[in-house]
Amino acid sequence: MEARRASRTVSDPKVRHVGFFTPDPNPQPGWNPLAADSPVSNSLSPVMIPPPRQPSDRTAAVPVPETGVRRQTGADQVPVGSYNPSESLLGSSPVPSSPSSRVGLVDGEFSEESNGWFRRSESGKYAASLPDTMVERAPENSASAAPVVLESKKSVEATGKGGKAVVEEQNEVQSSSKPLKAKTTKAERRALQEAQRAAKASGKAEGNKSAAVSQGAAPVKPVKQPSQKKDGSPVSVSVSVVSFDKKGGDRPPEKERKKDVPAPRMQFDDKNRVQKAKKHAVVKQTEARNRVELFRHLPQYEHGTQLPDLESKFFQLDPVHPAIYKVGLQYLAGDISGGNARCIAMLQAFKEAIEDYSTPQEKTLVRDLTAKISSYVSFFIECRPLSIGMGNAVRFLKTRISDLPLTLSESEAKAALCSDIEHFINEKIILADKVIVRHAVTKIRDGDVLLTYGSSCVVEMILLYAHEMGKQFRVVVVDSRPKLEGQALLRRLVAKGLSCTYSHINALSYIMHEVTKVFLGAASVLSNGTVYSRVGTASVAMVANAFHVPVLICCEAYKFHERVQLDSICFNELGDPDAIAKVSGRMDVNYLNNWANKENLQLLNLMYDATPSDYISMIVTDYGMIPPTSVPVIVRRELEPILQSNIFTLSGALSWETIRGDEMGCSDLGLGMKLCSHGTHRVLPDVD
Amino acid sequence: MWWRSASFILDQRHVEDPPNDVASSSKEPDTLSTLSPPQTYSSFMAAADPFNPIPNPKISAYYQTRAAHTAVVTSDWLAQAQAAVGHHPDDSQAPQTQLLASPSASGKSFCVINEFNNWRKQPDLAEAVAAIRALAAVIRASEATTMMELEIELKKASDSLKSWDTTSISLTAGCDLFMRYVTRTSALEYEDFNSARSRLIERAEKFGEISCKARRIIAMLSQDFIFDGCTILVHGFSRVVLEVLKTAAQNKKLFRVFCTEGRPDRTGLRLSNELAKLDVPVKLLIDSAVAYTMDEVDMVFVGADGVVESGGIINMMGTYQIALVAHSMNKPVYVAAESYKFARLYPLDQKDMAPALRPIDFGVPIPSKVEVERSARDYTPPQYLTLLFTDLGVLTPSVVSDELIQLYL
Repeated sequence: MEARRASRTVSDPKVRHVGFFTPDPNPQPGWNPLAADSPVSNSLSPVMIPPPRQPSDRTAAVPVPETGVRRQTGADQVPVGSYNPSESLLGSSPVPSSPSSRVGLVDGEFSEESNGWFRRSESGKYAASLPDTMVERAPENSASAAPVVLESKKSVEATGKGGKAVVEEQNEVQSSSKPLKAKTTKAERRALQEAQRAAKASGKAEGNKSAAVSQGAAPVKPVKQPSQKKDGSPVSVSVSVVSFDKKGGDRPPEKERKKDVPAPRMQFDDKNRVQKAKKHAVVKQTEARNRVELFRHLPQYEHGTQLPDLESKFFQLDPVHPAIYKVGLQYLAGDISGGNARCIAMLQAFKEAIEDYSTPQEKTLVRDLTAKISSYVSFFIECRPLSIGMGNAVRFLKTRISDLPLTLSESEAKAALCSDIEHFINEKIILADKVIVRHAVTKIRDGDVLLTYGSSCVVEMILLYAHEMGKQFRVVVVDSRPKLEGQALLRRLVAKGLSCTYSHINALSYIMHEVTKVFLGAASVLSNGTVYSRVGTASVAMVANAFHVPVLICCEAYKFHERVQLDSICFNELGDPDAIAKVSGRMDVNYLNNWANKENLQLLNLMYDATPSDYISMIVTDYGMIPPTSVPVIVRRELEPILQSNIFTLSGALSWETIRGDEMGCSDLGLGMKLCSHGTHRVLPDVD
Repeated sequence: MWWRSASFILDQRHVEDPPNDVASSSKEPDTLSTLSPPQTYSSFMAAADPFNPIPNPKISAYYQTRAAHTAVVTSDWLAQAQAAVGHHPDDSQAPQTQLLASPSASGKSFCVINEFNNWRKQPDLAEAVAAIRALAAVIRASEATTMMELEIELKKASDSLKSWDTTSISLTAGCDLFMRYVTRTSALEYEDFNSARSRLIERAEKFGEISCKARRIIAMLSQDFIFDGCTILVHGFSRVVLEVLKTAAQNKKLFRVFCTEGRPDRTGLRLSNELAKLDVPVKLLIDSAVAYTMDEVDMVFVGADGVVESGGIINMMGTYQIALVAHSMNKPVYVAAESYKFARLYPLDQKDMAPALRPIDFGVPIPSKVEVERSARDYTPPQYLTLLFTDLGVLTPSVVSDELIQLYL
């Protein structure tokens, strides 16, 4: 761990670009800050930066006796990239789930439904448990006497340079040219790995020779990270890895791939996966060009082009049911928005699809329908990422399908599923909203000034119901660009005769003086009490807290999630960057016209943010009014019927948590572990 | 939550000690006050006659009862108390009242509220426990022939009890918990009505018993937190806190107690009096001297009128400011509260509760233009509390809501 720490500090300074970080388009070619300012680069101490996706790394992280040996041999294992605890954890924890069941059921909405994004074959990697790896490792170790340099050069996309890769790479090794961004992003690590694989065949041939060279020059493997180019341009990832043969150049790439741990959800800075996912994609999404560094792992597309394209393809797409297709298009066009509306639309589309479904010959309904639903879900995800509530609904539906007794005839099964879906819509959404309204209304007193932000349908129902009850109160609707959803809410409220004030979020601290309560909706409530909601909610809650105004979050229990999230970076949704660059209806505000493609301008239009539980006085849900500390209890009760077994939750939560740990920069395994246990132990014990 | 009550701690205790020793010693001060009904309170009681089902809406009946049981120590009260100490009370007091209660129950016109008031007159008995006993009596006296009828009858009785005094949190919570505990059982699936009914009665009695034992359990649980040489600040008169301190004194712990005066009913004086009898060093403070003395204090002990869903407590006026001061000086604030005080309420701020008003005597006439804040209680948010000692165990404030969710859902 020490070694990792050291390496981390070396590479750290460039990592923590927060917010709008424009990558330097012209990295200076011979400049080598690593050699210049870091003592480590000159010392003999091994710098170990294991690559996340390298199977060898997984074993390295496992405390086995061989580790010491490897340390001594120095720069053997030179994985490049930040340490990613997920591999070690997942690799060392036996996960008995079969690949196929895992894909279907395991982790949260954002991974599981994204089958379209995942290659199926990858799921198999999960099954590769540690013992396996160790067995294979043994002969390799014995053969590891001869050091071989594995050169990895050029990601696949680096067209035209492939031939020169080896030569260039040698040069780079010598010069240890400076990584522009020392912290390897996922894309880089991924690309590195790919490059390694690609180079293995050729690398092995010349390996011995070059190894001698590089070893003589410096035992430290200079970690060269390429400049992060803009998306769209071919990314050339050139990384040199000095490695002892131990990790086997003779391992077939397919095998490695299998052992890879599937990411809990699609990481969109991962070029290869994106590439592959695109092959399956129905919707042709053009990736936006200038993306903010910190949010590269999220998908961002050029808006506006997909719709006609998709419409034109309508008749070519037979696997997608028309109802699904319609709803997907509505998501894409933004005609349906709001968590509940989207979830209901999705469920009703599923219902229609199930009604029209007939099991193909020689297939069973349970399996085939699950696959069908998965493909629908991935279509939806292509149109717009699912919300957490929708993810829970999908989980619910899949569990229901897999729980169907085999004795049921097809029509009975379909009827049962349809009524289940109806039940879900009625109980978990419509009735839940009514219950929430009943609870929340008790907190509205005469003379109150209630503030709400954006447009939440539950909050709207509460306000209207309280008004119908004859309570005397005033509403402050706070709104923000670019969506201006508050205006629609305001219109409906004013039409019903409520007295309203409309203000923008800029005036929040002024208006907060007179407010007595803040009612906010939420896209999700996570098990540490964090509220995940429309961007801007966090600042409203923070200002309210500073003014000692109670903040009430109104959220149906089906949107609760067992995950723990500490910030709004690792998981979010990016909106159309044009929306913030352009001000509709203002011809004079045109400073950003045609600037969107400037390389040094990056537009960030975040959709959600995370509100820490400290700012929240109360969460109103269908189980009553609870403090944010009691969310796990609700999660447990709510998800109990949805989750099938501990193992699934465990693996889902684990992988998610450890990825989180990595992204936060805690290379320390201990911290990663702590995060996991925090995330899982409150949720798990009572699941079954 | 009752099935995992921490009552084992009592059983342990019974093994260690001769049980009658504990019983008689705990009885003494309470029966003492039974014997000496405070004469000076007749004027207060007139405002809200406990037998009057519709009390003066301006005045909280709950606080009237509390005042009657635990309030001002006047010289004649002390004199009576002194006299009462002379003859030792025998333990047959409680059964006697039970006997008195049962004839009224067997009467044709059984009234829960009368029954409740009978029980309530015992100062030792918390209001919630009185309500539980009264509801148990309803089942016993019921002439229902089906389970549904019985349940409706019970519901009516509990509703009338709750509406009798809406300001009392523990009364409402006790009734609700009783209904949950008694009716949410498989007993309803019994085929034979009589066996189901007897099962209900059994459960009701068990519930009453658990509630009664709660105070002892809390006293035992909290002993670990009182260490030799510590200084404890208490506010108001809480029977649980008194029990805790008494047990600590019996365990030969060396500690001293600061009592706030507890205006306007000066309940702190009564507590200091009780503690002085136990030879515990006591110092009386006026309510405004809390911050002044907080330096010397090691922990704050308060009771609670109700524990709400956020994990905060509703307690006698002044608790909030004491908790604030303690919090700012990093002193632990411990709350001793029986679990029948757990209420499904969630106040957002001080004004978010039905106000419980009480008369305040300033000693001089107050000009009519001057307004007087007469609220009897305040809400202390959970972030200012350290731990809650309950008969379910020692809980952090956030667990309260978990328990409530488990109970009510």
